[in-house]
Amino acid sequence: MSWQPTEQDLIKFVVREARTLDEKRYDDWWEMFAEDGYYWVPLKRGQTDRWTHTSLMHEDKLLLKLRVERLKKPRAFSQHPESFCHHVLQTPEVESMDHGANAYRVRTEYMYTEIRADDKFVTAGTMYYDLRVVDGALKIVLKRVDMLDCEAPLPSIQLFQ
Amino acid sequence: MDKYRNNPDAVKALVRDDKVHRDIYIDPEIFDLEMEHFFRNVWMFLGHDSQIPNPGDYYTANIGGEPVIMSRHTDGTVKVMHNRCPHKGAKVVTDELGNTGKFFRCPYHAWTFKTDGTMLAVPFKQGYEKTDFHECEAGKGLVPVKNVKVYRGFVFVKMSDHGPGFEEYFGDSLSSIDNMCDRSPVGEVEVAGGTLRYLHNTNWKQFVDNLHDTCHPMVTHESAAGTARELWAGQPEDAVKPMAVELVWPFMNGYEWFDGMGIKLYENGHSYTGVNFSIHSAYSDIPEYTEAMEKAYGKERAEAILKEARHNTAYYPNMTIKGAIQAMRVARPISVDKTVIESWTFRLKGAPDKLLERTCMYTRLINAPTAVVGHDDLYMYRNIQEGLESQANDWVSLHRLHQEGEAEAVAKGPVVLNGTSEGSMRHQYRTWAKFMTMSMQGDKK
Repeated sequence: MSWQPTEQDLIKFVVREARTLDEKRYDDWWEMFAEDGYYWVPLKRGQTDRWTHTSLMHEDKLLLKLRVERLKKPRAFSQHPESFCHHVLQTPEVESMDHGANAYRVRTEYMYTEIRADDKFVTAGTMYYDLRVVDGALKIVLKRVDMLDCEAPLPSIQLFQ
Repeated sequence: MDKYRNNPDAVKALVRDDKVHRDIYIDPEIFDLEMEHFFRNVWMFLGHDSQIPNPGDYYTANIGGEPVIMSRHTDGTVKVMHNRCPHKGAKVVTDELGNTGKFFRCPYHAWTFKTDGTMLAVPFKQGYEKTDFHECEAGKGLVPVKNVKVYRGFVFVKMSDHGPGFEEYFGDSLSSIDNMCDRSPVGEVEVAGGTLRYLHNTNWKQFVDNLHDTCHPMVTHESAAGTARELWAGQPEDAVKPMAVELVWPFMNGYEWFDGMGIKLYENGHSYTGVNFSIHSAYSDIPEYTEAMEKAYGKERAEAILKEARHNTAYYPNMTIKGAIQAMRVARPISVDKTVIESWTFRLKGAPDKLLERTCMYTRLINAPTAVVGHDDLYMYRNIQEGLESQANDWVSLHRLHQEGEAEAVAKGPVVLNGTSEGSMRHQYRTWAKFMTMSMQGDKK
């Protein structure tokens, strides 16, 4: 029988994912996504349509790869000086565990800070993780980031919430 | 210090044939004068009538610093009026979009106005009987914006009575809006897919200058488009590119390619890149869409419509569209170094969802606050905003492919330039000086 995560495994995964971003280990972060995984930041409060409604971000693994590789380039000009980010999470809450369907859902309230030189951007909201086990490890099928101010005019947000 | 107020000659001197003075980007007095003069004398994009399909629907926005309401009147027409109660000055509606029913009602003292802004009623009316109320501005309702034009659903306004009428102002540049609408099998577009709003800590002109700056993509966007090409390297020549790769790919094309694209100038600052082809030319076919177009227009006409792949059409000063991908951006100036860039998307009525999906992806990847391409653009604009504080050089160079007699040539009719020319920027600044000064005291022309 294949490995099945406990509630504590799911919570740890989400905490580790945020820390991986804060430590800018983007290759490791990219590996945390399932092959068909998506990273989604809706533009509209309560948005359900990911295709014919624009989002702030709606990235499959190819697009995430493009971003991750771009950030390594010396000519990613907007990263001079470079940006840094920091997550503060509420203890993640497991919303559903279905071992049979290999489907797990976790949510966490968050505060996110991104800085670049003297500029600081702060936001807050809720992140939802749809996870599945692939080859004995948890992978992200969908990470949905509901920003409190998703509908406001926003400055450049260059990293990942 | 009033360096430029009541001094149209000093304003005109900021624009030379082949360069412009740094004050037009960084001087707060120039920005204030733009709000008082320039943005009131030109036709500005306000909204689209598909946002307000039913009587009582309204959309609110800010035009050159002034709050306005665009509403669908009970007779079905679009009305635009100032969002300012004639009593104390409160905005009568504050939601961006809504339906007000049969009348607007000020939330402060319940003065009511019909959906064309005219006065409906004032509570405790006996209090006004022996006053001058009915004869003065207070009794006249919401002040209408006089110059309003709805063109294929696009609502434009001009706040002052200076300057030319709508048709004269835009001329044949309207063919780009026509092409975007004609791309619908029923000839109509509607606002759909949400509006991205990107806060720029720069002057609005940085954004407008960049629209036709065809010598920056391969430099500024190397990290985005170059990486996309690297990721796709090794794929067979005829392999179908994923939509994301297809959209970002052309930004790395070379100078010769952009030069061959061509730029067309129209009077009053309007222009488009992509006279011959553009970054939008090589998108994959969507067969059921092509079929619907041929059925609606016939094969020949459908091909002619779809062959036009204009890149950016700049409707000077505050709006730019990409007809080939049904995207529009609108610059909303806030202060000398603050501008909100809105990215709108449109559905081609009667066309498959796949087109709107592509539009949404394009605008998200290129123009969102979270874009993969746009960060490097805003980074450059901000660099300029800060770099121009240097007092070592007052001038911004617009020399590329400058030719004597350019201004006279455009006045005679549309002109086509090489794609790498900075001629569109020179043309925009001549237009800027004209509309900036036409209502200034001391200038009787």
